[in-house]
Amino acid sequence: MSMEIAIPKPVERENYLNKEYGVWSWLLTTDHKRIALLYLISITFFFFIGGFFALLIRLELLTPAGDLVQADTYNKLFTQHGMVMIFFFLIPSIPAVLGNFLVPMMIGAKDLAFPRINLLSWYLYIIGGVMMLHCMLIGGVDTGWTFYAPFSTNFTNSNFIEAGLAIFVAGFSSILTGLNFVVTIHRMRAPGLTWSRLPLFIWAHYATSIIQLLGTPVIAVTIVLVAAERGLHLGIFDPKLGGDPLLFQHLFWFYSHPAVYIMILPAMGVVTEIIACFSRKRIFGYSFVAFSSIAIAVFGFLVWAHHMFVAGMSVYAALVFSFLSYAVALPSAIKVFNWTATLYKGSIHYDAPMLYAFGFLGLFTIGGLTGLFLAALGIDVHVTDTYFVVAHFHYIMVGGAVMGYLGGMHFWWPKISGRLYPEGWARLAALIVFIGFNLTFFPQFLLGYLGMPRRYYDYSHMPEFQVLNVLSTAGATVLGVGYLLPMVYFLWSMRYGKPASDNPWNAAGLEWKTASPPPTFNFDEEPIVTWEAYNYEELDAPHKQEVPVAR
Amino acid sequence: MSEHSSSSPLKMYFAVFFALLAGTGLTVFAATLDLGPFNAPVALTIATVKATLVALFFMHVWHASEKLTKLVVIGALFFLLLLLGLTMTDYATRPWS
Ligand code: HEM
Ligand SMILES: [Cu+2]
Repeated sequence: MSMEIAIPKPVERENYLNKEYGVWSWLLTTDHKRIALLYLISITFFFFIGGFFALLIRLELLTPAGDLVQADTYNKLFTQHGMVMIFFFLIPSIPAVLGNFLVPMMIGAKDLAFPRINLLSWYLYIIGGVMMLHCMLIGGVDTGWTFYAPFSTNFTNSNFIEAGLAIFVAGFSSILTGLNFVVTIHRMRAPGLTWSRLPLFIWAHYATSIIQLLGTPVIAVTIVLVAAERGLHLGIFDPKLGGDPLLFQHLFWFYSHPAVYIMILPAMGVVTEIIACFSRKRIFGYSFVAFSSIAIAVFGFLVWAHHMFVAGMSVYAALVFSFLSYAVALPSAIKVFNWTATLYKGSIHYDAPMLYAFGFLGLFTIGGLTGLFLAALGIDVHVTDTYFVVAHFHYIMVGGAVMGYLGGMHFWWPKISGRLYPEGWARLAALIVFIGFNLTFFPQFLLGYLGMPRRYYDYSHMPEFQVLNVLSTAGATVLGVGYLLPMVYFLWSMRYGKPASDNPWNAAGLEWKTASPPPTFNFDEEPIVTWEAYNYEELDAPHKQEVPVAR
Repeated sequence: MSEHSSSSPLKMYFAVFFALLAGTGLTVFAATLDLGPFNAPVALTIATVKATLVALFFMHVWHASEKLTKLVVIGALFFLLLLLGLTMTDYATRPWS
């Protein structure tokens, strides 16, 4: 009854990849799937740039003395690492690549609501990215990704204004993506696809889009204010001119704490899809998982000043924000419990996407729980601005969000490319990423707890920190290998991989009911939805024979 | 969409436009006066009125029939309130300033 849309697949069917060829057919495309691939290529490029800076940071910290780079070069390394990874990789990663590709397909639409705006958003991203590259080539910025006033407004002699504008422009790209998703999800759902039948990936992207729409303008304004103070000496943050430096931090974190949820919510959406598919079960507590995404989006706006506990803010306000920060952990915990309950008595398949999802579960949980440590005022005073904080957010952003991104890339790669990747290699890569990640970042919890400050390039007064730092650098090289592998076999599979069937995992979801790769307008006939999400009890187990395991 | 253009003729746009110009003039004029503690509140009041005009008329919120549009506006205001309100928990309770 429900499977009518499945289409018999002749070889070399016309699809979005082979419909047109040539550079302009890509650069002027309005097809959300092609734009997703444009984003994929561009964010991968920036991921490697950011990774290169990370490598240099880790090499410098291999020895206690500041011997590889100079102090101000080191400042630029961690600044550019942070700015590139956050604004040019992680924020666009899942929404602009997987979200772009999948949101219309999952809701049975032909495209996003505003295809041209979608293309515009990619161009804005590229303009911002080119500005950031240019800024790095002419010397880079040394303010930290947080560019706190008064350093950014009065003191740094690096080129902050260009970097700020780059982030400003990229911010509008992010706003447009969010706008497109909100309108698309409201307006373009297939007949029968009610809100309570939506895949939770869609709920997660809806919540993400709300944050992008409400938060990003604030960082844009903040950047303009910093530029105005720096360039025109308006008194906004400088007390000498009647301003207040903490106002900067309030404005900055009003966006940047919610921004961490722009990075993690889509990953949660990805993981929800993967866990349902590879435990062959309906997601436990669908509506709780759905509404916890919205709750995260809203509560996420109430906790920002936990980044400012020692900055000289009012202690009473600090109490309020500490309490609220505990509250924001609740919806995240609801999700973790519901995923775990979904696994319970599921028939679990350990395919590569599922390995990443497992990695996500464990690492995100550690990241979230250490967030609670930091939300406690007493502990935060001890570990703020140490490597403990660095480990906390890397567990969430790399252990959580990047794991989710990689899991999603593996899960939907057969749909995106029409090819299967070598499963054995993919499992190996997942394992290497997991090991490398923990080796890199777990020692940083210890270092921070012992008192190693973040953003120092020289710790020769504390040579006993070296062992843990060496472990961390060693882990980073392992992690690097783990990230290179998927690059290699994804590219390999585009030429040599076995052709994928329409639904190699036997997954639920409309995106699996059309061809792999899909035709330009996604569906040959508009689908009509008569079933609930995750109706796995009606589907067979994954077609094992189609996923050869190389051993 | 088309219904808006009939109910919001060119005349109205110009009226709003000149009101905004007047507001700008007023802001400049107010900047030349020293109102002591009222300097910022006066400037902010003028700016708020102007922003409201833009939202109501140029952004068509006034004639919007869609409930969703209203929800968006209310939502945006609510989050602005959060930004201001929670920031004030800091500024209003600093014992030392
Ligand atoms: C479970 C909820 C969470 C809580 C209670 C929490 C709490 C905190 C606190 C209190 C800090 C400030 C520590 C300090 O500077 O002394 C912090 C830093 C940070 N957190 Fe979280 N966090 C949570 C989730 C997340 C998530 C989901 C992400 C990212 C996806 C994230 C990313 C960050 C980042 C990037 C920083 C450091 C920013 C910087 O100073 O450069 N956190 N967290
Ligand atoms: Cu935060």
